[in-house]
Amino acid sequence: MINPEDLELIIALQHGLPLVSRPYAELGKSLGLSEQDVIQRLQYLKQQGLIKRLGVIVKHKKLGYAANAMVVFDIPDQQVAQMGQRISQFEFINLCYRRPRHDKLWSYNLFCMIHGKNRDMVLKQLQTLIEQCALSSYQYDILFSQHCFKQRGALYGTQKNSSLK
Amino acid sequence: MLLTALQKNLLNNYQQDFPLSPRPYLEIATTLGITEDEVLALFKDLSTQGFISRIGLVIQPNTIGVSTLVAMKIPAPQLHKVANIINQFSEVNHNYQREHEFNLWFVLIANDPPHLNQVLISIEKQTGFKPLNLPLLDDYFINLGFQMALDDKS
Repeated sequence: MINPEDLELIIALQHGLPLVSRPYAELGKSLGLSEQDVIQRLQYLKQQGLIKRLGVIVKHKKLGYAANAMVVFDIPDQQVAQMGQRISQFEFINLCYRRPRHDKLWSYNLFCMIHGKNRDMVLKQLQTLIEQCALSSYQYDILFSQHCFKQRGALYGTQKNSSLK
Repeated sequence: MLLTALQKNLLNNYQQDFPLSPRPYLEIATTLGITEDEVLALFKDLSTQGFISRIGLVIQPNTIGVSTLVAMKIPAPQLHKVANIINQFSEVNHNYQREHEFNLWFVLIANDPPHLNQVLISIEKQTGFKPLNLPLLDDYFINLGFQMALDDKS
C-alpha cells in the first residue's frame, strides 16, 4: 500500500509539473518537502514500478491521431500472456490488457488499443497485427470510438467526495 | 498542423524518463542546444495550444485505489441520458460511445473494492441497465509513451 506522503506527492503532480526553472523545488514547497526529497521519492516510486512513466502527456487527437479503436480478441487462456506480450511490441499499440470473459455476454479476454490518424490507418494496422501475430483463427472485434462523453486523467484522492447516493 | 522540429522533439522524446534533476528544463535545453527559457516557452506554447495535457505521471493501474473498465448496452435513444447520469459519478473518468452492441464504455476508479462495487450497484439502480464489469487481470504493456510520426505530409 502506498504511504500517505507519496500519495500527497502524486496528487500534487496531477495537474502537471510546474513550468518553472526548478519545478521539483516548487512542488515540494506546498508539501513541506525539499527539492531533493521530491526527486528522490519520484525516483524511488519509478523504480518500484508504481509510477509507470513520468513525462510529457500528449493529446493524441489534437496531434492528428483522431481515430482510436479498442480491439478485443478471444485467445485461449494458455496463450493469452504470450500473445499479449507480442501484441504490445507494435508501435501503434498503446495499451494491452487481459480482462475476464462473461458467460454468454462477452467472450473476449484480450484488449488492446490502436491509435491512428484515421479509420483506414487503424484498420491497416490491425491487419498487420493479425498477419504478423497469426491471429486470423481467433474471434475478434473492433470497437471504434464514436463520441467522448467524459475524459480526464485519473484523479486520485478525490473519491472522498463520492457521488454515491 | 505545423510543428517545428523542436516541438516534435519535445513531444516525442520526453514522454518517459523526463529528467529527475533540479533543473530538468535546463537539461533538455542543453541536449537540444537551446536555452532553458526557450524550452519553458516551447512547453507553455504546446500546452496553450492543447498539444500536451501536462508533464505528469502515469500510475500503474490498481496500485492506488482500484479501477475497472465497464461496458453497457444502451438503446440509442437513451444513450445520451444514461451517459450523463454516469458522468455525474466522480469515480468515472473516461466515458466513450463505441460502435458496438455494447456501446457505452467507461473507467471507474475507487478507493477499494467495496466502494467500486457500490458504484456499480448505484449505476445499475440509477440507469436501469446492467453494467458489464471488466477489471484488469494482467497488463502486458510496457509503457513507452506514444511515438508519433509527426510529418506534416502523412
